[in-house]
Amino acid sequence: MKYIEEFRNADYAKTLAKAIAQQAHPGKHYRLMEFCGGHTHTIHRYGLPSLLPGNVEMIHGPGCPVCVLPIARIDKAIALATMPDVILCSYGDMLRVPGSGQQSLLQAKARGADVRMVYSVDDALTIAEQNPNKEVVFFAIGFETTTPPTAYVIKQAEKLHLTNFSVFCNHVLTPVAMDSLLQMQNVTTHPSSRACEGSPKRSGDPSQARDDVREAGSVNLDGFVGPAHVSIVIGSQAYETVSQKYNKPIVIAGFEPLDVLHSILMLIEQINDNRCCVEIQYTRAVTREGNLRSQMLMAEVLELRSSFEWRGLGFIPHSALQIKSAFANFDAEKRFNLPETAGVEHKQCDCGAILRGQKKPSDCKLFAKVCTPENPLGSCMVSSEGACAAVYAYGRAGAHA
Amino acid sequence: MCLAMPAQITKLLESERALVNLGGIQKEISTALLEHVTEGDYVILHVGYALTRLDEQEAQKTLGLFAEMMQGAATT
Amino acid sequence: MSETKTLESTRIKRIIGPKLNIKQGCIDLSHGSGGRASAQLIEQLFFAAFDNEWLAQKNDQACFSIKAGRMVMTTDAHVISPLFFPGGDIGSLAVNGTINDIAMSGAKPLHLSASFILEEGFPLSDLQKIATSMATAARAANVAIITGDTKVVERGKGDGVFITTTGIGVVADGIMISGDKARPGDKVLVSGYVGDHGVAIMSLRNNLRFSTTIESDTAALHDLVSHMINAAPSLHCLRDPTRGGIATSLNEWALQSQVGFIIDECKIPIRTEVASACELLGLDAMYVANEGKLLAICAPEESDSLLTVMRAHPQGLNAAIIGEVVHDPRCFVQLQTSTGGMRMMDWLAGEQLPRIC
Repeated sequence: MKYIEEFRNADYAKTLAKAIAQQAHPGKHYRLMEFCGGHTHTIHRYGLPSLLPGNVEMIHGPGCPVCVLPIARIDKAIALATMPDVILCSYGDMLRVPGSGQQSLLQAKARGADVRMVYSVDDALTIAEQNPNKEVVFFAIGFETTTPPTAYVIKQAEKLHLTNFSVFCNHVLTPVAMDSLLQMQNVTTHPSSRACEGSPKRSGDPSQARDDVREAGSVNLDGFVGPAHVSIVIGSQAYETVSQKYNKPIVIAGFEPLDVLHSILMLIEQINDNRCCVEIQYTRAVTREGNLRSQMLMAEVLELRSSFEWRGLGFIPHSALQIKSAFANFDAEKRFNLPETAGVEHKQCDCGAILRGQKKPSDCKLFAKVCTPENPLGSCMVSSEGACAAVYAYGRAGAHA
Repeated sequence: MCLAMPAQITKLLESERALVNLGGIQKEISTALLEHVTEGDYVILHVGYALTRLDEQEAQKTLGLFAEMMQGAATT
Repeated sequence: MSETKTLESTRIKRIIGPKLNIKQGCIDLSHGSGGRASAQLIEQLFFAAFDNEWLAQKNDQACFSIKAGRMVMTTDAHVISPLFFPGGDIGSLAVNGTINDIAMSGAKPLHLSASFILEEGFPLSDLQKIATSMATAARAANVAIITGDTKVVERGKGDGVFITTTGIGVVADGIMISGDKARPGDKVLVSGYVGDHGVAIMSLRNNLRFSTTIESDTAALHDLVSHMINAAPSLHCLRDPTRGGIATSLNEWALQSQVGFIIDECKIPIRTEVASACELLGLDAMYVANEGKLLAICAPEESDSLLTVMRAHPQGLNAAIIGEVVHDPRCFVQLQTSTGGMRMMDWLAGEQLPRIC
């Protein structure tokens, strides 16, 4: 597989690991966040923590669209799926995520809902064309990488004059989330604002995330390994504001293990030199401007939501997209009456702190004991790129959790 | 958070679609998000859409850098 | 195995009645009622395909002599969809799968039984294809299907056809192959390319839509096993990594033997196309099903000669030593990755689903 296998070369990996060990100052502890869940998966799947020196710590970020989707939104998707004459199309990632009452789309399907897994949003369009007497709803999730296809398909649906196709839009944005995360870092511990002991954690409560941060204390990040494929779409310039605002270097890394190691090296070099800028390691795919056609498509069909809840991070303004009123016919939230639920998180679940990089999966009391991939109690365990799932599946053997 | 991989365009089809080859697997994909693409180009593929052309020169540059580093490490 | 006798077809016609319309006919509820229609189906479709002395007796049971040694028995239900796939079908899968389960104990497979649950409306032409496929696989393995059963369920209550096969074999005294026999220091071998079957099946799923030349690797492995036992009398464990792939078999062994494993990712044979399909879908080939491969564990001093013997056999051409057994009270299976790092290769959590993230 060209341009894949070369970037997994063991000898180059050794070389990069050696260079990282040489560049990392012995007296300094480097805390680097890989924002993207795909990078979390790469790091653990290739055993990269075992190649890094002890003073270079990778902190897992919230860039997992499955993990950050609140229970309330999953409940809405399940409600859509169980409506009569509705076919709900979803990417595989979302099928096993439990909503309220621990029911998932897969379980709704087992009870008779018409839930279909698709690899591409195009397939949902095809299903709509083939089933004119059914309402076909596409459960759209993902960061900016996955958003342009959704926007394109809505336009296609309009061209085809489809009257039975809509999208349940849950697309979220990256640089805003980075900003929010770094903003939370600046909040300091304040005893008077501690959350009540024993009260269940509610998603939908904007103050909860702030309380959690105060409890956990702030986390200090030295730099970001930036997402590979989001950056293809939005370009590296999209990160420049947040990098300068908080004085954090960001290196946009490719998806393969050598790319991640190389980016870690570049970050360490920036930190050592006291530089702070947005660099592109993934030069073979990412440019400063990004994919303009995709950006225009997204701007044409979608607009910013004033606020959107992120599981573990609370409500973040202007962090997600909704379908513009010009395309209201294709907006599932306007076509259907969807229930408002308040998802209740397990009170001992530390996903919030883990998504914010303040705790490691092994810090959570539930991790690997009660909360496992077979019985996920929180969002970080459900998706295979969630920090907890990745560490559980790949990292339990070493001391890298 | 986005599984995407390089694949080579083997045939351009109508309506902004193309056939790609990924290590012997053939798949039909959309090129609607790209301005211009030709047969033989490598593209980055995500959920059935090509997101960008892969710059082969840059890819070779990056690999060349790794090779240089390895040589440099060997001689120190 | 003794000579087979052919059916006396003219006598059967007089008893059962006109020929089945296999080309256009389909299963209906009368085929499961035990009456003439059932007998017609069994005679003209199943017996015609399987054709041996036991079935010719037309009893509800089959009688056979017990050979010297210990008897081995196994049973398997097959509910796969799609029923037909590149390289095989539910029939060949059922026969080979059951033969392999017997073979993994070091036993020589002797006989099979086959029980069919047929859905009303299932085309007879498809059923004949499946029966023929089973007969071909059984004959190639020199194993007879000596008894069976047929039931029919209403439309909507089945998936075309479900097949349950039970196998009987005999293992010679002195051969003690079992999942609890792995010892630290032992070597782990695989008989060939992993992931072929799972990828062949997935390529047929409409919503995944990719085309590939990969075929299922469904095959009977008992002949390979008998060569392996001759080469390595110390053979400790054998398993065919079907659902859940090689990772699942290794984790099962880890618990059974209370050991750990260290596997070298670079040594695992995998076709480029299979690796590509897994990349495309975000799957891990270590968990993808195989239907014609085996994993073996043997003492380290015998591993090289075992490998040589495997590679000389048609079912083991791409065999490789992929890792070793280690002392590990946690019973972890670990993988030395292609990049040189080390990580766990854990149990599969639920069914592997294609992902976009």
